[in-house]
Amino acid sequence: MTVVLETRDVTRYFGAVKAADHLSVQLQEGEIVGIVGPNGSGKTTFVNIVTGYVKPTQGQVFFKGGDVSGLDPRELTKLGITRSFQVPQLYTRLSILENMLIALSAHSERHWQFWRPLKTGERINQALRVLGQFGFQDGTHHRVSTLPEGGRKLLDVALSFALRPKLLLLDEPTSGVSVDEKFGLMDTLVGVVKDSGITTVFIEHDMDVVARYADRVIVFAEGSILADGQPDAVFANPEVRRHVLGEGV
Amino acid sequence: MDELTIVVLNGVLFASYLFLVSAGLTFIYGVMRILNVAHGSLYGLGAYMGAWLVLTLWPGGSGALPPAWSYVVLLLGGIFVGVTVGPLLERVFIRRVVDRGEVIPLVLTFALFLILEDVMKLLWGVNSYLADMPYSMLGSISLAEVSYPVYQLLLPLVALVAAGLMWFVINRTLFGKLVISVIADREVSAAMGVNVPRIFTFAFALGAVLAAVSGAFIAPMSAVVPGISIEVIILAFAVTTIGGLGSVPGAAIGAVLVGLLRAVAIQRWPEFDLFVVYALMALILLIRPRGLFGGLEVRRI
Amino acid sequence: MRRLRDRRTLLLGLALLLLIPPFLPGWLLFLLTVAFAKGLVVLGVVLLLRGDLVSFGHGLYYAGGAYAIGIALKDGFPVREALALVALGTAFTTVLAAVVGLFIARYRGIFFGMLSVAFTMILYSLLLKLRWLSGGTDGIPVRATTYVGLETSADTVRLIQYYFVLVLAAAAVYVAYRVAASPLGYLMRAIYDNEIRVEYMGASVHRAIYRTYVLAGALGGLGGALTAVTVGHISPDMAYWTVSGEFVFVALFGGLGSVFAPMIGSVVFEFVRNYAFKFSPYTWQMLLGGVLLVIILFAPGGLWSMFENLAARRKREPAQAPTERMEVQRVPAEGR
Repeated sequence: MTVVLETRDVTRYFGAVKAADHLSVQLQEGEIVGIVGPNGSGKTTFVNIVTGYVKPTQGQVFFKGGDVSGLDPRELTKLGITRSFQVPQLYTRLSILENMLIALSAHSERHWQFWRPLKTGERINQALRVLGQFGFQDGTHHRVSTLPEGGRKLLDVALSFALRPKLLLLDEPTSGVSVDEKFGLMDTLVGVVKDSGITTVFIEHDMDVVARYADRVIVFAEGSILADGQPDAVFANPEVRRHVLGEGV
Repeated sequence: MDELTIVVLNGVLFASYLFLVSAGLTFIYGVMRILNVAHGSLYGLGAYMGAWLVLTLWPGGSGALPPAWSYVVLLLGGIFVGVTVGPLLERVFIRRVVDRGEVIPLVLTFALFLILEDVMKLLWGVNSYLADMPYSMLGSISLAEVSYPVYQLLLPLVALVAAGLMWFVINRTLFGKLVISVIADREVSAAMGVNVPRIFTFAFALGAVLAAVSGAFIAPMSAVVPGISIEVIILAFAVTTIGGLGSVPGAAIGAVLVGLLRAVAIQRWPEFDLFVVYALMALILLIRPRGLFGGLEVRRI
Repeated sequence: MRRLRDRRTLLLGLALLLLIPPFLPGWLLFLLTVAFAKGLVVLGVVLLLRGDLVSFGHGLYYAGGAYAIGIALKDGFPVREALALVALGTAFTTVLAAVVGLFIARYRGIFFGMLSVAFTMILYSLLLKLRWLSGGTDGIPVRATTYVGLETSADTVRLIQYYFVLVLAAAAVYVAYRVAASPLGYLMRAIYDNEIRVEYMGASVHRAIYRTYVLAGALGGLGGALTAVTVGHISPDMAYWTVSGEFVFVALFGGLGSVFAPMIGSVVFEFVRNYAFKFSPYTWQMLLGGVLLVIILFAPGGLWSMFENLAARRKREPAQAPTERMEVQRVPAEGR
């Protein structure tokens, strides 16, 4: 099993606040990892550092063996790290299909990107295929602004997936989605991701979702990692139960 | 010695003019985040109103009222234009686009500018209005071997008074405190109960009054013709950009810089007197886009 | 061109443009020719507007293309063939745009607008005052003696100029069409919509804007060069900010929805200007301002979207929500 991502002593200060405290993590290829922890525990900072949104104050990040510390999101995306957002970041004025077409064309760095049309038959077929995997069948010509929240979340993930990442980070993919839709969304998402062998990390607040879909759980608290392992074991840990589930306080 | 005196005098005069026309523009931007192209029109309206009033009340340079009152007339004319046209524009048009970014309000104020250009032509025709009585009345004095019109010393005084007034209003009045809070964060201010739309109207009116009064006081110096608004607004843009959008002290420093620079250029490199202004504007935008005193973020990658 | 209807309309339009002119009077040909030339400048402005960049100083390229020719002729440039002159003007402005773009392409919103105005006013101030170079307010006469080898006489000059400009403008519009339909074109629209997402897709916002800017500059220069040759005279006013403002106006008036919109907007504009100005010169600007207000407040898609809505209603198709509008959406703040 190859190590896809490794962070070594990654630390980040925001003024006096230590948002990330010597985080050292290794992610294996194909793992599906859930990241949990109370607000302000450093989960989002961790994701932000790995995706280049924030630079670590100290420490290094290695991706596929190479040092990627301090690279910006664009470069990281091209290397194979993509993310989805808590508030879906989409091109709301364009259609669902166009969003996907743009993602696919951004991924391929061919020449004459200003002359050949975006909407070629080949690319459209590819786009429809990926969209189909995520449950978008008809209506892909509609504007994104017509999509409900669940659809937007899925599309956000679909776009990040279309960029052919090796590592995909999802920031609270089920937040804002109704309880009955959550599992449907995760079923689709995890189904696609498992088939392609992409290492997937998702931040979650819903422990049921984590227990059901994650191979591995990393628990954050106050900027450092409290526990790291299989969901059953981690959730049985009394420290974890205290911090995250609020028991015994 | 002569040359230096000329440059300093011209520089100060030009700086006063630039500050007067720019202060209102930068203030409105600071409060509403809107770059008001129609600011030039307010200047023009003030100039026409001032000149027209003076020529009407003192036809041929003399009239029933004491000539000293002409200064009051200019001031009142400018204020009148500012408090009527300003709130009108703000309430009816500008308010509708305040939350549509920065570009759309800019284009909207450009549309208003076009309309007001013709309004001025319809109201006052295309002839030039030279109401030089308040200017010539003061005569000239001898300053370091140079004969200098007294009115051109009055203008810096007006600029200083305007600057002082702005400082006082912003720092010592309740309105000023509310303005500062709206500048800092519009939404939080509204959440705290500040009547933001009302602040906008007042701020806009203040900026409009400054523009119109500037126009009125500069009218006696040179003929008021269609097209002065066009010239003024682009200079005001340059000065506010250099000083930093939203900063009134910045407008003052920018005005002094540009004024002196222009005065020097006119003496030494007359072919480049306009060039230096816009070159400085471009330079500042490239090196320090937020201007010398601007605290606002610049969208840039 | 997905729909047959679109293709048919285009062919019909082209046919009209090609076949009717020999029957039109000289003044009308002149008006159309100038409208097409200026429409190219507007096209450049539109391409940038699609990416939320208002080039309030596009006159830099309009005047730049014209004066490249004018100054060359003034200094004894021996060639008088129109195609060569226009190529000179366009080449010059393309290089100028490539240089200016290095600086300006990093800016957005009003700072982009202000910088572009600064540059055009810099050019204006130089053209105005450096009389030995530019002729100052007198300007420079520009006359081509041959058009693609054809010589002109007083009877034929307007017609020949018309076809000359028509062909070049059509070629330029075609290029713009290809670019707009390409990944670069869509990337500009994406940038307008959500710049952050573009970066997180691995595409370079800066590079896309730079490339579009150079193209827009080239179009502006081509338009300026064609105008110079057609009108026969150039003056520093071409670089004054109000001329650039006019281009922005026509861009919004025509609408951003298509690469053909600037041409249509420009032609309508020139017609209305011609008549409105004669009819009432003191309310012409008021009319412009009024129309612009109406567009901003009620019809942000300009003429083009009105077209589209009319056409959709006639064919009883569900009118698609216009995808090109002068709107600004605040990008939602990213979750913590």
